[in-house]
Amino acid sequence: MERTIYREIKATNTVWGLAILLGAFLAGALGSVLYTEHHGHIVTGMTNQVVWGLPHVFAIFLIVAASGALNAASIASVFGQAPYKPISRLSAVLAMSLLVGGLAILVLDLGRPDRLLVAMTTYNFKSIFAWNIYLYTGFLAVVGVYLAVQMNRLDYKYVRVAGTVAFLWRLALTTGTGSIFGWLVARPGYDAAIMAPLFIAMSFSFGLAVFILVMVTLMKVSGREVGWGLLHRMGGLLAIFCMAVLYFTAVQHLTALYAAEHAGFERFILRDGGHVTFYFWVGQILIGGLLPIALIYLPYIRDAKSEPVWASIFVIIGGLAQVYVIVVGGQLYPLEMFPGYEISSTFNDGSIGSYAPKWPEVLLGLGGVAIALLAVGVAAKILRILPTNLSDANVPES
Amino acid sequence: MTFRMPDDTRQPPAQRAVNRAEMTRRDLLRSGAAVATATLAPGVTLMAFGGSPAEAAGAADAGKRWGLLIDVSKCQDGCTDCITACSEENGWHDTGHPETDAQWIRKVTLKNSATGHTAEMPVMCQHCESPPCVDVCPTGASFKRKDGIVLVDKHICIGCRYCMMACPFKARSFVHEPTVNQKSHAPRGQGTVESCTLCVHRVDKGGTPACVEACAKAGHEAIIFGDLKDPESAISKRLAGYPSVALRPDLDLNPGVRYSNLG
Repeated sequence: MERTIYREIKATNTVWGLAILLGAFLAGALGSVLYTEHHGHIVTGMTNQVVWGLPHVFAIFLIVAASGALNAASIASVFGQAPYKPISRLSAVLAMSLLVGGLAILVLDLGRPDRLLVAMTTYNFKSIFAWNIYLYTGFLAVVGVYLAVQMNRLDYKYVRVAGTVAFLWRLALTTGTGSIFGWLVARPGYDAAIMAPLFIAMSFSFGLAVFILVMVTLMKVSGREVGWGLLHRMGGLLAIFCMAVLYFTAVQHLTALYAAEHAGFERFILRDGGHVTFYFWVGQILIGGLLPIALIYLPYIRDAKSEPVWASIFVIIGGLAQVYVIVVGGQLYPLEMFPGYEISSTFNDGSIGSYAPKWPEVLLGLGGVAIALLAVGVAAKILRILPTNLSDANVPES
Repeated sequence: MTFRMPDDTRQPPAQRAVNRAEMTRRDLLRSGAAVATATLAPGVTLMAFGGSPAEAAGAADAGKRWGLLIDVSKCQDGCTDCITACSEENGWHDTGHPETDAQWIRKVTLKNSATGHTAEMPVMCQHCESPPCVDVCPTGASFKRKDGIVLVDKHICIGCRYCMMACPFKARSFVHEPTVNQKSHAPRGQGTVESCTLCVHRVDKGGTPACVEACAKAGHEAIIFGDLKDPESAISKRLAGYPSVALRPDLDLNPGVRYSNLG
C-alpha cells in the first residue's frame, strides 16, 4: 500500500450544488430565528406543557452524534486499530461540526438568544446545564488540539495522549447530555441514572451512522474510492452499537415497568401514546434497531456494498425517533402532582398534552443539520482531512 | 437588543431609598461605565449591573420563611377570585391561547380515584426550600431569597425553559408573546420564564399576596399567608394544630405552600 495522502476536495459543480442547498437551509433557519424572535415562541408548536420541541430533538441528536462521530478517531488513536487511522482527521472534524450545529440550534431557540453572553459568563454550578456549557466548549478545544496534533504528523505518542483525552471527554460530554434528563426528579419519564449510559450507547450508534454517510458522500463527490472491507468493518461496529442501544432501552423500560408508580408512563410510551408509541416501536426499535442489525448480519444482504449506508440511514431515522420519544414523549405525559387522584385544570393538568411542530421549528432544526454539514464540507475543502484513497488495498491492516 | 435599567425591585422600598441617598462618586462612575458598556455588550451589562441573587437574598429577612396554607374544604367550586386578583396584580392575561398563556396560579380539580370525592384548589409556585428550578437553572436566574420566596431574575433568564422541565408542579410559564400593560412592580419579558412571586412587592412592604386578600374579601378565607418560622403566626398555629400535606412529599422539597383537608 502507498502512504495515506490527504488532499482538499475540489470545488466541482456537485460540491457547489450541495453547498448552495445547505446554504438555503441555513438561510431558512436564520429566517425562522428572526421570525420567532420578533413574534415570540407563540409561532412555534411549543407550549407550557411541551417546552422543548423539535429544535431540541435535532439539537440533542446532533450533540449526541457529535460525540459518536469521534468513534473512528478514538478507535485508531486509543485502541490502536490501524484501519481507522486514515479517517481519524475527518472523524475529529465531523465531531466538532455536529456539536456546533447542535449548539447553534439550542442557542437560537432560547427565549433570549441575545443573552448568550449571560449564559457564557454567569454560572450556577449546581446545574448540569452549566456543566454542559463547559463540557461542550471543552470538547471543541480538546478535539481541536487532537486534530492539530494529527495534522502536524507529530510522534504517535502525542496523538495517543490527545486521542485518549478526547475519548474520555466525549464520555463525560454524553454523560452530561443524558443527565440533563436523568437528573430531572419530577418527571416519571426521566429521573433515571440509566439515561447517561443510554445516551453514551446512542452516541456510539448515531455518530458512527452519520460518520459513515458523511465519509461516503465526501469521498463520492470528490471521486475517491472507499473499500468494501472498511465500510463493512464499520457496518459491523454499527450493528453492535445498535444492540447496545436496544439493550439499554430494554433495561430502561423493564425497570420502569417493574415499579407500579411508573406503569402509567410506560403504558403511554409503549401502548397508548399514539404517534409517540408509533415512533417508539416502528421508528426507534424497528427502523433504528432491528432493521440495521438485520441488514448487517443477514446473509445475501450483508455482502452488498451499499448495506452499511442503508443501515446508517435507518439508524439516523430511528435515532431521531428515539430522541423525540425521550424529549417530547417525556413531556406529553402529565406530571403526577397528586398520586391517587384524577386531576384536571385550565393548565392541562392531568391530561396527555399535544404537540404539533410548526415550520419555524422544522427550519431551525434542519438549519442546525445544515450548519454541521456545511462546516464539515468547508473543512474538507480547505483542510487536508480526507484521504485520496480508501480502497481496501490502501487501508492499513490492524 | 435592548438595554434595560438595573432592576432594584428585589430590595424593599426602604432599602432602595437608602441606597439612592447613599449614591457615591463610585456609583456615578459605575453608571457612566454602564452607559458605555451597554452599547458594546448588553449581556455583560445586565450581569454586572442587574443585581445578583446574593443581593436579593440580602434584601430578604433570613429570619422569616413566607408560606401559604390552603384549606381545600374552604375553596369554593367555580370561584376564581384568587386567579383574577393575581392576574390583575401582576399583569398577566388570558390572550385566548390556553396552551401558551401564562398561568401563575390555576384552579386544579381533584377527584379521588378510590372514593370519587372531588375538590378544587389553587396551585401556584410552591416556593420550595430545595427548589429543583433553582438547582437546574444554568445562569442562576432562578433563585431563592433568604425568606424562602423563589423568583426569576428577568435580567439573566435566557429562556432555556429547563426550570419548567424540572418543576414538579408545572408552576412556571414561558412568556410566548410580546408583553403589554406591564406592572412596574412585576416586570415581565417575552422569552423569559415567570411564576408566582408570592407578591414579593407587597410582602416587602408588609402586605399579603393578592390571592390571599381576594379570597378573604370573597369571604372564603381558604388561603392563610404568614411566616412559617414564627411559631406565633396564624399559619404556624394552624399547621401545628391540624393535619396538612405538601404536594409531592416524596421529593422532600419542603414547599412553603401547604394544603389541608385535601380529602
